[in-house]
Amino acid sequence: MLLRVDKATTSKFLLKRRPTSEKLVDIGFKNIVIAMASMVAIVLFSIFAIVYYESTESISRYGLRFLFSSAWNPVTDEYGAFTAIYGTLFTSIASLLIAIPLGVGTAIFITENIIPKYIRDVIGIMVELLAAIPSVVLGLWAVFIMEPFIRPFLKMVYEILGFIPFFGTEPLGAGMMPAILILVVMILPIITSISKDSLNQVPSNLREAAYGIGATRWTTIFKVIIPAAISGITGGVLLALGRAMGETMAVTMIIGNSNNFSWSIFAPSYTISSMLANQFGEADGSQVSSLMYAALILMVLTLFVNVFAQWIVKKLSLKYQ
Amino acid sequence: MNYNTKKNLTFNPSLTRNIGNKALTIISSLFAIISILPLVLVISYVLIKGGSYINLETLILEPEPPGDDLLSAGGIGPAITGTFIMTLIASIISIPVGVGGGIYLAEYSKSGKFAKFVRFGSNVLAGVPSIIAGVFIYALIVSTKILFGSMFSGIAGGISLSILMLPTIIKTTDEALKLVPDNLRRAAFGVGASKFTMISNITLPAAFSSISTGILLALARAAGETAPLIFTALFSRYYITSFDDIFYEMGSLSVLIYNFALEPYESQNQLAWAASFILVVVLLSLNILSRWINTHGIFSKNKV
Repeated sequence: MLLRVDKATTSKFLLKRRPTSEKLVDIGFKNIVIAMASMVAIVLFSIFAIVYYESTESISRYGLRFLFSSAWNPVTDEYGAFTAIYGTLFTSIASLLIAIPLGVGTAIFITENIIPKYIRDVIGIMVELLAAIPSVVLGLWAVFIMEPFIRPFLKMVYEILGFIPFFGTEPLGAGMMPAILILVVMILPIITSISKDSLNQVPSNLREAAYGIGATRWTTIFKVIIPAAISGITGGVLLALGRAMGETMAVTMIIGNSNNFSWSIFAPSYTISSMLANQFGEADGSQVSSLMYAALILMVLTLFVNVFAQWIVKKLSLKYQ
Repeated sequence: MNYNTKKNLTFNPSLTRNIGNKALTIISSLFAIISILPLVLVISYVLIKGGSYINLETLILEPEPPGDDLLSAGGIGPAITGTFIMTLIASIISIPVGVGGGIYLAEYSKSGKFAKFVRFGSNVLAGVPSIIAGVFIYALIVSTKILFGSMFSGIAGGISLSILMLPTIIKTTDEALKLVPDNLRRAAFGVGASKFTMISNITLPAAFSSISTGILLALARAAGETAPLIFTALFSRYYITSFDDIFYEMGSLSVLIYNFALEPYESQNQLAWAASFILVVVLLSLNILSRWINTHGIFSKNKV
């Protein structure tokens, strides 16, 4: 039986074509958002292109020698970024080694039911608020409060272990060690919040099964929970590494800014970003090109770490559903 | 067989596993305390030490050149307005572009090749060190004098901040729109809405509070950034007096802290503490506000 529609209804609801103006708005809007989405790609490409273009002079002059020379002499036009590259890698990796146990430990503490939930929530929020403090304020705090406070301890280490090259110079204020400590403060929130999220995502069945066969809390954590959450934790750690390598202000204020290479962690040093912050403003000629070369190296390093982080999260993530 | 069940099932605290368990619990709680210690210390120092230097003069005066007058260093007024103006410029650029890009990702091309590339690109852009944004804008705008012949300028600083805000806004818009249930979209199409009407009247309002959370977080990050400003906006001790002044050097709170913290004069250092008080209070309130919006959703009744 056909559905009969009387004339009064059809005259009320006419099938009309969309007016041209509405179609134009629709198509125009689509093209506008496509253009806006492409802005990301354009900005990213032009950052690479411009930094590369500006550093070509230095790349063709020094080539890979730039990576292994610690000369930095604007008078004789001799540049090399070894100290800065070593400083970048050393400070970021050392701070990571300190921050991983602290951050993951905190994340475990606030995802387990050791203390009441509201206290854990407060701790979680506080750690995340730490990420909101600008790095220049942390630098200010490090210069005036933290560094004078830890100097006697560092001096003690120097007096006892001074024969080891790593502790071979007297701590006299700014240096690599305070920079490492302030980097720990900066990357802790990243590691903690990402680890917390991935620990929370582990299905509770796994935990219950482990408890059921008699595992203790920490056996469960080490053998079941952490392996299940390892992809997220590794991703967070790598993101933190990228952040630590690119971190500028706090490090610039506390690392001492010296291009003289030293094995000692108490001596003033340089990172690529602090070198840029210090010298870019008043550089000219081939020094700009050399700084751009250093910036390119920093970009490639952080790009590599970030892409690797995204890849490893995809690769390692276990699917439970 | 000897089933001594009562003994075996009783919790025995002197077993190695139970001692180890307790020790690890204590260690992890120590780690948690160490992790929040810096926040507590930094905040209390900034609030107490910085707050003690805050008065009306500090808030409105222009800073004096270092070493000119050892007793008074002036104030941080121009830096406050400078930070505000540059963050505003950055928002004007990055909010439309970021929200538009997010709309494209979530509404037009959920899993196309280009969308995948844009998502990957915005993740990469989020990982680019902030100082690189400064270097990029220096090479693109400052050294080429492309903007009406001005070199270091507030507008160059604002543009470099917008690069840092962009990925956060795109990502949160994309994720917020993806959470809007498809039923709403189908219903809108069903009653004959065009795609533009559907987005502007249905999905954007539904996702509005999540998007504004992301925008506030991006704003908070941009307002505290220093590295991109030190060689794009440089620093200025003077208030802006006309619109043209955004094409000249502009001071900001963060650069003021950086410059004055390293001065040997006590009065300059005090200004740095005062500026960090203002910055930290503003940024923490922005963060807490964004959290609050995210959970309560004040802007829209039909929050998803």
